[in-house]
Amino acid sequence: MTEAVGDQGSGISHGPGEERQAATSSAQPPETGPLTRPQPGRLPGTQPRTPLQLAWRQLRRHRLALLGGVVLVIFYVMALVADFLAPYPLDFSDRERFYHPPAALHLRDATGEWHLRPFVYATRLVDPGLRTFEADRSRAYPVRFFVRGEPYRLLWLVPTRVHLFGVDDPARIFLMGSDGFGRDVFTRIVYGSRISLIVGLLVVAVTIPIGMVYGGIAGYFGGRVDNLMMRVAEVIIAFPSFYLLLTLSAVLPATVGCATRFYLIIVILSSIGWAGFARLIRGYVLALKQFEFVLAAKAMGQGDLRIILRHVLPNTSSLVIIVATLTIPSAILGESALSFLGLGVREPCSSWGNLLSAGANLINLSRSPWLLIPGLFIVATVVAFNFLGDGLRDALDPRMRTG
Amino acid sequence: MLQLIPMLLGITVMSFVIIQLSPGDFLAEIRLNPIVSQETVDRMRTNFGLDQPLHVQYLRWLTNIVRGDFGYSFAYQVPVLWLVRSRLFNTLLLNIIALIVAWAIGIPIGIHAATHQYSWSDNLLSLFSYVGISTPTFFSGLLLLFVAFKTGWLPIGGMTSLDYDLFPWYGKAFDVARHLVIPVMVLGVLAVAGLTRQMRANLLEVLRQDYVKTARAKGLAERVVVNKHAVRNAINPLITIFGFELGGLLSGSAILEVVIGWPGLGQLILDAVVRKDLYVVMGSLVIGGVTLVLGNLIADILLAYSDPRIRYD
Repeated sequence: MTEAVGDQGSGISHGPGEERQAATSSAQPPETGPLTRPQPGRLPGTQPRTPLQLAWRQLRRHRLALLGGVVLVIFYVMALVADFLAPYPLDFSDRERFYHPPAALHLRDATGEWHLRPFVYATRLVDPGLRTFEADRSRAYPVRFFVRGEPYRLLWLVPTRVHLFGVDDPARIFLMGSDGFGRDVFTRIVYGSRISLIVGLLVVAVTIPIGMVYGGIAGYFGGRVDNLMMRVAEVIIAFPSFYLLLTLSAVLPATVGCATRFYLIIVILSSIGWAGFARLIRGYVLALKQFEFVLAAKAMGQGDLRIILRHVLPNTSSLVIIVATLTIPSAILGESALSFLGLGVREPCSSWGNLLSAGANLINLSRSPWLLIPGLFIVATVVAFNFLGDGLRDALDPRMRTG
Repeated sequence: MLQLIPMLLGITVMSFVIIQLSPGDFLAEIRLNPIVSQETVDRMRTNFGLDQPLHVQYLRWLTNIVRGDFGYSFAYQVPVLWLVRSRLFNTLLLNIIALIVAWAIGIPIGIHAATHQYSWSDNLLSLFSYVGISTPTFFSGLLLLFVAFKTGWLPIGGMTSLDYDLFPWYGKAFDVARHLVIPVMVLGVLAVAGLTRQMRANLLEVLRQDYVKTARAKGLAERVVVNKHAVRNAINPLITIFGFELGGLLSGSAILEVVIGWPGLGQLILDAVVRKDLYVVMGSLVIGGVTLVLGNLIADILLAYSDPRIRYD
């Protein structure tokens, strides 16, 4: 077997082809030399650029990567200040407005008068079967900003009641409609971002140290140790990852709260994800250990573990950054898939995956298509991570540098 | 080749261990049923060998697998292999067609993108492939179902229409083909997106090589340079992907099958996982793992065959 088995189900991140690319690039000597190497043609007096500056310079040229970065910053800020952005509390439900379509924002009222502020009308359920609502045009409810509402702690610290926007009762501002329990979809998406977005980060935070140490040890020692360690990792890689995900999630106890479940899902995603990453690191370390600096460290009498941790692994940093950026979206996809199937994060918690599952039947699909909106957030996040990951790959790979 | 044996053993051990980790078993549900007497439960335990120590259970299961017996489904009361076989055709049909479509479209698009680097069509295609690889199949499946519902052009979900049995054979084939459009599109887009990106990157790499310069320098037409010299070398690395997709023929469409109600293996395993149908889950895990391993083996052989630079010890 060569390094052919890859991670599936996620469909993204480090597919086999890309691993191959990473493997070929590992033949290239990593940047280990002194940072102040003189460069020909440089003007006297100018400072040489550090590798980080060079990478940043290259990244700035990759417009899509920047776009991805900006989108991600917006999303993560959204997750941080979810309670401020959301007009309603997470468990709020309006018993009279199930499957309410997205709020229509108006500027011109029934009398033909123009308003400066967008406003909504209060609505009333007309036909529960067809899910039609009728607007009461007699009174306009302007959208107010920085309104007082449900108390919460901003960033878990500052107690406040101010929310970004809202309308007066009895009108509702369901920006993206409401679900079958009369809950605001936008609110649940905003809160759901906390779970969906953090999953990727936590999974990477777990898999990277494990994968680095495991792959580092296997690659550094080589021979029998390597053989044994890689066989173990390959067994995990050998399973279709979605099957494995499914089976492992069935192992989870059904009765635990949703926070516990969330952490268990991270454990599952990590226990599948570390293996592919370890193999990647191992391939890189196999090439790295041929370099003189490893030999020098050995000659100085340093211990193996110290050499691995202090000299070999730091040299894998650019690979690690790239792979991490591309692993996050696959973890996000894994969590959404599980939650979508009802095996991941469950009600009453919200994640983009379990929100989307509300739209997964024909009646809802046909009559309340806004229930599919959470899927757009998943796609946008994953696209953004892929943009950023590719940009980083170009920026951190010296061969790709232009000018 | 011999390395495969510990790997396959590892696959079975892991499948077994995961299932043992699971709290409660299939009988737990039956036990709660007041109609079923304790004696029946005990008899089922003995019949299924659930009262034996773990290693005995494992060895018994393993020897049976080697003989081609994957055990018995608790839920359906039929052998696992029989159950799998009944779904196998549907899943293979879907995945093979999607595979063919994807390669027929993906490779030419990749070549076009590489030979027209940074043109508007290249940029558009690369945007498309970014979105393609980033869209989970359960979402794109739902979107297409939504479109199908709104337009009424295509049947919504499933594999056959209600009146399928009344059709003559060509009507049946046409009916299934109509039902195939949505899932093939979903899987196809995903695969095309990946293939295009890979093909484009490979071809760009090859086009920078010296022998391409040589070919151009000796006055060959650009078409010949690309098709005869560059593409052949650029396709080689894709064989790995091909093997990978071959291995994923049984498992690649799992979530999508659940979403659109395609009666394939994906639905079967989800159902079995939810119902804790022990042997079905273990069997599916083993079959899924083994096909993936075999797919990669085939890829390695093909790769060694097509590229003389690659030799395995």
